[in-house]
Amino acid sequence: MPAVPQFLQERNRQILTKGKDAFDIVGGQPSLAGAVSQRACVYCGSRVVLYPIADALHLVHGPIGCAAYTWDIRGSLSSGPDLFRNCFSTDLREKHVVFGGQQRLFDTLCLLIDKHRPQAAFVYSTCIVGVIGDDVPAVCKQVQLLKNIPVIPVMAEGFQGSKKDGYRIACDALFQLIGADDSKTIGEFSINILGDFNLAGELWMLSEYYRRIGIHVVASITGDGRVNDIRNAHRASLNIVQCAGSMMHLAQRMNEQFGIPFRKVSFFGIEDVADALYQVATFFHNQTLIDNATLLVREELSNLLPQLDVFKNALHGTKAAIYVGGAFKAISLVKALRLIGVSTVIAGTQTGNADDYKLLKKLCDDGCILVDDSNPIELSEFVKLTGANLFIGGVKERPIAYKLGIAFCDHNHERKVALAGFQGMINFAQEVYNTVSSPVWRFTRPHLAP
Amino acid sequence: MLLRHTSDKEIERKALTINPAKTCQPIGAMYAALGIHGCLPHSHGSQGCCSYHRSALTRHFKEPVMASTSSFSEGSSVFGGSANLTAAIETIFSVYSPDIVAVHTTCLSETIGDDLTQIVSKAKEEGKIPDGKTVIFCNTPSYVGTHITGYSNQLSAFIKFFSTATPKKKNVVNLAAGWMEPSDMREIKRLAATMEARTILFPDMSDVLDCPLTGKFVMYPPGGTSLADMTATGDSKFTIGLGAYATEDACVKLENKCKVRFEVIEIPIGLKATDRFIVALSRHANLPIPDDITEERGRLVDLIADNSKYFYGKRVALFGDPDTLIPLTEFLLTLDMKPVYIVTGTPGKHFDESMKDLLNEKVPEAKFMSGERADMFRMHQWIKQEPVDLLIGNTYGKYIARDENIPFVRLGFPITDRPGHNFFPNVGYTGATNLTLKILHGLLEHKDRTCPEEKVEFQM
Repeated sequence: MPAVPQFLQERNRQILTKGKDAFDIVGGQPSLAGAVSQRACVYCGSRVVLYPIADALHLVHGPIGCAAYTWDIRGSLSSGPDLFRNCFSTDLREKHVVFGGQQRLFDTLCLLIDKHRPQAAFVYSTCIVGVIGDDVPAVCKQVQLLKNIPVIPVMAEGFQGSKKDGYRIACDALFQLIGADDSKTIGEFSINILGDFNLAGELWMLSEYYRRIGIHVVASITGDGRVNDIRNAHRASLNIVQCAGSMMHLAQRMNEQFGIPFRKVSFFGIEDVADALYQVATFFHNQTLIDNATLLVREELSNLLPQLDVFKNALHGTKAAIYVGGAFKAISLVKALRLIGVSTVIAGTQTGNADDYKLLKKLCDDGCILVDDSNPIELSEFVKLTGANLFIGGVKERPIAYKLGIAFCDHNHERKVALAGFQGMINFAQEVYNTVSSPVWRFTRPHLAP
Repeated sequence: MLLRHTSDKEIERKALTINPAKTCQPIGAMYAALGIHGCLPHSHGSQGCCSYHRSALTRHFKEPVMASTSSFSEGSSVFGGSANLTAAIETIFSVYSPDIVAVHTTCLSETIGDDLTQIVSKAKEEGKIPDGKTVIFCNTPSYVGTHITGYSNQLSAFIKFFSTATPKKKNVVNLAAGWMEPSDMREIKRLAATMEARTILFPDMSDVLDCPLTGKFVMYPPGGTSLADMTATGDSKFTIGLGAYATEDACVKLENKCKVRFEVIEIPIGLKATDRFIVALSRHANLPIPDDITEERGRLVDLIADNSKYFYGKRVALFGDPDTLIPLTEFLLTLDMKPVYIVTGTPGKHFDESMKDLLNEKVPEAKFMSGERADMFRMHQWIKQEPVDLLIGNTYGKYIARDENIPFVRLGFPITDRPGHNFFPNVGYTGATNLTLKILHGLLEHKDRTCPEEKVEFQM
């Protein structure tokens, strides 16, 4: 048998079976060159974070592809403006690569701002801009002075790293807006929600919970986001951070600069949602808020638990494979699945770090395979090995799961049903049940027996 | 209401593209490379490129799309991507064991000036490419041309690396497929088989991106033009290129390299383009046109005649790729419809000239545009100036269709919100029948839904 090449031995340190392997996974390593990686780039990371700011102009400075592939792909809903759902690109051509694209960027920005009068503009710098050396910040500054709106350069050249690095750049871009305005009326007990992107209207559901408790959401960063809310975000008393992978950096910066404390929460799964509400209510040391939160959780649970029991019985024995972007989501998923009788046998992420994997390892049952930055071959091998009959992932995992003849639930950008909050838990259980119990999985054997 | 930002007043735009009717080169190369059996497309650039292309193709085909990436880092952009590609080649053959790796570049690797010829031959010398395995490559800078250019460049790379002429020519006709659906390729093979013609179709995405569910995941599905067939294209006696933008360059290169004469015709969309394809194949394969095919044609003509009253004078807007739009425009004229607005983001004279020829006399009011700023924003503005009865294009058209309340037929890439393009071809007489039915269905559904109560009829 040939010796296993060095790089593959190293790869083995990114895969472990709980109860069998003693080491810990070190996440966040760069992908192997040549990998059929499910990961994306820096630009992608910053684009998905900033994209939901609905009344801003988002202009992609680069060849057409980077703009075309991110055109309206994230199902972030807006309650009003929809400028963000258009695709604006400087569409760089060969001559700009040779002679530079600064003038083109300037012209494009001015024209768009004149036409649409956005509240702010984000200018995304792509790989090639980093290489040809356009001074994007200078152009932004110039246009900002000329047009009198914030024009923010997002220096997200794809090659700088993975999606996660793009989140950080997006946070820094957002930070430029925060603190710029004091005009918004703020309630007595106020928070910002960081890292909910209002997929399938989830943010609206969460805001409603807080409203019922008596808490004012100043800014949602960035689901159904508005520039002026974000400019006022420094005046909230507390930041709650839902997608920690993408938004921790911003929470930390706001803490340093404005002294706003933050809490990491998850709105997914009963315990986590309840916890997210209690944490905020207790933060303000106000009995009314605590009573309101208790009442809300009690009401929602009394409605929810009997419904969940039905699913739990039906789904008992189901084995799930999870492969998602962020580790925080994976952790919530393991807990939520347990609640409906589903055990997790594979848990993987694209961007988890060492601490995330320690937490995941603690949470999972023995025999569960943990994997960082996986690929289709591995994933399908693991499914075979563990007998998983449900896959939870995103767009690239869906057809693989279906080809394997197992159920699939989308927990990424393309989900169409709200999965956050208490109602989201029911929706999730229903989704899982629908796909697991579909009759189609009975017809997947390729040959008819005579 | 989504597109409320679009007004009917056209503004002078020098730089800006809004809502493009195109995307960038590398995705075309990736799609074409999937049509060779056992071939893994490799994106030489940042991770995002590969991820975006795979996601975009997956959303359209609802199938696993396999491709690897050089995973560029900050260092690669400064020192060049040579080390990444060399490491990638090693990883790919150890982990994914394809027969062929088809490398395409990106804007980044092009701009930093990676020399693929040199990198790959060095990898070969160093024994990083196992015996019997091949690494091919093509240049696909994102800032030149569009996804169609990338597709065309990949096809030319197949010719450059594989096609070989032996002293003996065979009685085989090559069919170079332009950008079309796997279902279209299946239909073209069916027509050739019905005629009993010996053909080599390349690339061939059927049985790659329209696979049955078997309970197994395979990296390299059973379909795709085999390496042996691809090599043998050099021995064929003739090549028919289907779609000038995507296949002409490959046809020319094959003629130069292996002396295989060629003819480039349109993708056989619609009655007349299919007639030309059938006649060309019959002539070059030297075989009669079988009755079965003639009867298919007859049934299509019957369908058109039965419903001609619904087509007459209907104004149509269409957008997408030039190789599709040219025969589609011709077919709309066959149906007695009026193609009035046509845009493609892919630049080129052939489109403008073909449109002029097709439309100058029959629809003098028609507006058509190609290349930079020929985008959907502009088409929408035209529609606002004077409305149309039907819109044809990829899924991005649905916003315009909804805002303007016009029936919409999905055709092109990407289609992300309806299934079916994997099953029902648009080419051949069968494809033309499918298209006719889709158009009719769109028009009649719209009429039923929107006409006044007293005009709703049982018999239409």
